[in-house]
Amino acid sequence: MHLLADSMVMGQVTLAHYLLLSAGLFAIGMIGFLTRRNLIIMFLCTEMMFQAAGLALIAFSRYHMNHTGEVFVIFVLTIAAAEAALALALVVLCFKRRESLDASAWSELRG
Amino acid sequence: MFESMPALLGAGSADVLPTTVGPGWLWLVPILALAGCVACGLCLAMRVRTKAPAWIVVGLLGIAFVLTFMGYSGWDSASAQVVKVFEWIGLSWGDSAGQSLSFNFGFYMDGLSWLWMLFVTGLGTLIALYASEYMQGDKGYARFFAGFALFVFSMACLVMADNLVLLYLGWEGVGLCSYLLIGYFYKKPSAVAAAKKAFIVNRIGDLGLALGLFLTFVTFGTVQYDELFALIDQGVAGDMARTPLSEMWQTWAIPLLLMVGAFGKSAQLPLYVWLPDAMEGPTPVSALIHAATMVTAGVYLVARFFPLFAFEGVPHYALWTVGWVGALTALFSSTIAMAQFDIKRIMAYSTISQLGYMFAGLGVLSTVGAASHVFTHAFFKALLFLACGAVMHGFAGQLDLRKLSGLWSVPGWRIVCVTMLIGCMNLAGVPLITAGYWSKDMIMAEAFVTPGGQIIGWILLLTAGLTAYYTFRVFFRVFVGPVSFEPGDEHHDDEHGHDNGHGGGGGFHPHAPGWAVNTVLAVLALSSFAAIGLYFTDKPNGGFVGNLVGDSTAGYVTPYGHHGADDGHDDAHAAAEGDVRFVLVADPPAHASGDATGGDHGADGTPDAAHASSGGLILGMDPHKAMYYISAVVGLIGILIAAVLHGPLGMGGLGLGTRTEAARSKADELLPALGPVARWAQHKWYVDEFYDFLLRTPLRVLSHVFHAIDKLLVDGLVNGLGLLPRAMGSALRPSQSGVLQGYAAGMAGGLVLLLVIVLIFM
Repeated sequence: MHLLADSMVMGQVTLAHYLLLSAGLFAIGMIGFLTRRNLIIMFLCTEMMFQAAGLALIAFSRYHMNHTGEVFVIFVLTIAAAEAALALALVVLCFKRRESLDASAWSELRG
Repeated sequence: MFESMPALLGAGSADVLPTTVGPGWLWLVPILALAGCVACGLCLAMRVRTKAPAWIVVGLLGIAFVLTFMGYSGWDSASAQVVKVFEWIGLSWGDSAGQSLSFNFGFYMDGLSWLWMLFVTGLGTLIALYASEYMQGDKGYARFFAGFALFVFSMACLVMADNLVLLYLGWEGVGLCSYLLIGYFYKKPSAVAAAKKAFIVNRIGDLGLALGLFLTFVTFGTVQYDELFALIDQGVAGDMARTPLSEMWQTWAIPLLLMVGAFGKSAQLPLYVWLPDAMEGPTPVSALIHAATMVTAGVYLVARFFPLFAFEGVPHYALWTVGWVGALTALFSSTIAMAQFDIKRIMAYSTISQLGYMFAGLGVLSTVGAASHVFTHAFFKALLFLACGAVMHGFAGQLDLRKLSGLWSVPGWRIVCVTMLIGCMNLAGVPLITAGYWSKDMIMAEAFVTPGGQIIGWILLLTAGLTAYYTFRVFFRVFVGPVSFEPGDEHHDDEHGHDNGHGGGGGFHPHAPGWAVNTVLAVLALSSFAAIGLYFTDKPNGGFVGNLVGDSTAGYVTPYGHHGADDGHDDAHAAAEGDVRFVLVADPPAHASGDATGGDHGADGTPDAAHASSGGLILGMDPHKAMYYISAVVGLIGILIAAVLHGPLGMGGLGLGTRTEAARSKADELLPALGPVARWAQHKWYVDEFYDFLLRTPLRVLSHVFHAIDKLLVDGLVNGLGLLPRAMGSALRPSQSGVLQGYAAGMAGGLVLLLVIVLIFM
């Protein structure tokens, strides 16, 4: 923790800042996913968790001064785009079936 | 009691028959019968509707008979022919004695086997010929003849076998075929029940035979007859130490076990109950079972193992049981036969009774008498059954002697009546002119000269009178007297074309038997006379049968055996007594003083004196001679009583009979005097009911108990195990909430957990 405090005192932006931001983004996304019932909101929350992971990778990439993490992020972004298309299509279909975006409308698998 | 049996001469003096190699083609005899079965099976598969199956079986069995006769003619009578077909089993599990089991599929042909095979194939052919007409028009024609041929094949295996295992195969085959043929009318519940009863009761006896077989192997280390009888001849067991048989309990235990098997197959007390019910089968099957193939197997088994049954030096439990059970069975079943109304059933009880005679004969050491009676009985019992069958067939299944009368005067029935009369005379033992008289007499005479056998003799004598009575009761009621008959309720769909009168009383025309039935009846009637001729052939040695038995394992101890024969007596019986193979002693001291040399007391020409010290005299005469007259008189008295009580009014000018109508006779008036005894006898002394109470009901209760246990315990256990996964599942099921956030929370929680673990422990 003192590393973070030192850098704040010195007015510099270090790796810890990026990681904190990434963790915050991830937590917000996760909380959103767990608490909201709207399928679209939940989908947006997953996107937010994606970006949190991406941010952490970029930060580590910069920290280690190589491009591995950045390449990963490019891939993640590509896949996230494809996944967004699929997921939105699913949401549309789900809505057509139930006339509702509530995730709890889909609970047939209850044991 | 057991020690009072005749002490047999030492084993050294009795020689076992040497063995020679027999003709290799003998295997054709059983195989021809088997081929008949296969051919009939093919006919069945191809839905042949002609009489082809019958002709195939008659032809093949006829050839088998001719081959048997050729083999018999070529037999030198001084040896047992052994024919090895192939090695059947060859096992070895060690090098010492008793650690190997090997036997052939092979035949052991001595006098006993030849005698049996001659009448098995001969009578089999005749009965098949009869059945070709009798079974005509029946849907199961080919099935019947397939079973028939298989029956003869099994019996041939049983009789010709050169080892106990092949005998056992034939024994079981005979049991199976009896099941198949008794239950031939498988849509009739009573026939199915009778078939099951025959099979199950036989199974009890077969257990005894199987145990006897095992014990024989354990004791002698072999099941091959030639090795077995050589060992018995030397009086030693088959182990390394060659333990003397007289010191082993197996020597008397093996015969006891074999005896149980014989009692089952030959319908003796207490296992006789299946035989009367076996009447549910078609009549030719009854004739085949009673005359040739099945019931004589027990007599054969005891005769075959006679050296062991009569082994000197050990108690003769088995021999005594055989004698007593035989005598009691003879008496018991003849009392039942006296009170029955179904003529086929009367014949069935008479078979049991005659088998009793045979066993009694074996029990009193008269193997020749027993074998002679088997031989003569085979002919006249086949004759009686086939004649009854002809009546049953002609009168639409009517067998009640109260509803049939005067067949003598019905056109077309004369041959049946005459042959029936001949059969009845044989069974009743009409003196001099019937073979049945001579063979039965031989057993009874031997019973009186065998120490301790007198009571058996008296029982048999009484039975002879009863037999004459119930036999002629049938004859006098059914075949003579006023013409009157009611048809039975059986409808034949055959081509005789009398389909307008069945059950209609007045319109009913009985159809007389055709040529096949008449021919067979005539041949059998003539054969039963020919059997007398055979009896007197070579009389000093016990006749034809005596010769054969003398040249077999059963002749080992027979008084008629011709080994070392010492002729010089005019009287046949005395001469036969002259070459005794055993010494008859009432008590050992008498034996010691009167017969120091042992075994040749008849040679001095005073058989009467010999009997005086042993069997005793009857009416101051040698029992053998006396028995000729006594049994003749007893038989005639029986017939006379039957004539008075059941004969038609006047009886051809003799003024004997009193019966004027079919249903009633003078005997009915005497019934009240007998009280409940007559009713008991009519109900077969309630033996079936007693067995029901003693065995069937407890077994049924036990089966219900077992069923309940199976249902509750076994099923409960299995179902309980099946419940286990379900219970576990229902505990875990709530975790599957179906709510998306629930699963997400699970994943997040897992992640947190991992994180915590990593942070704390890394």
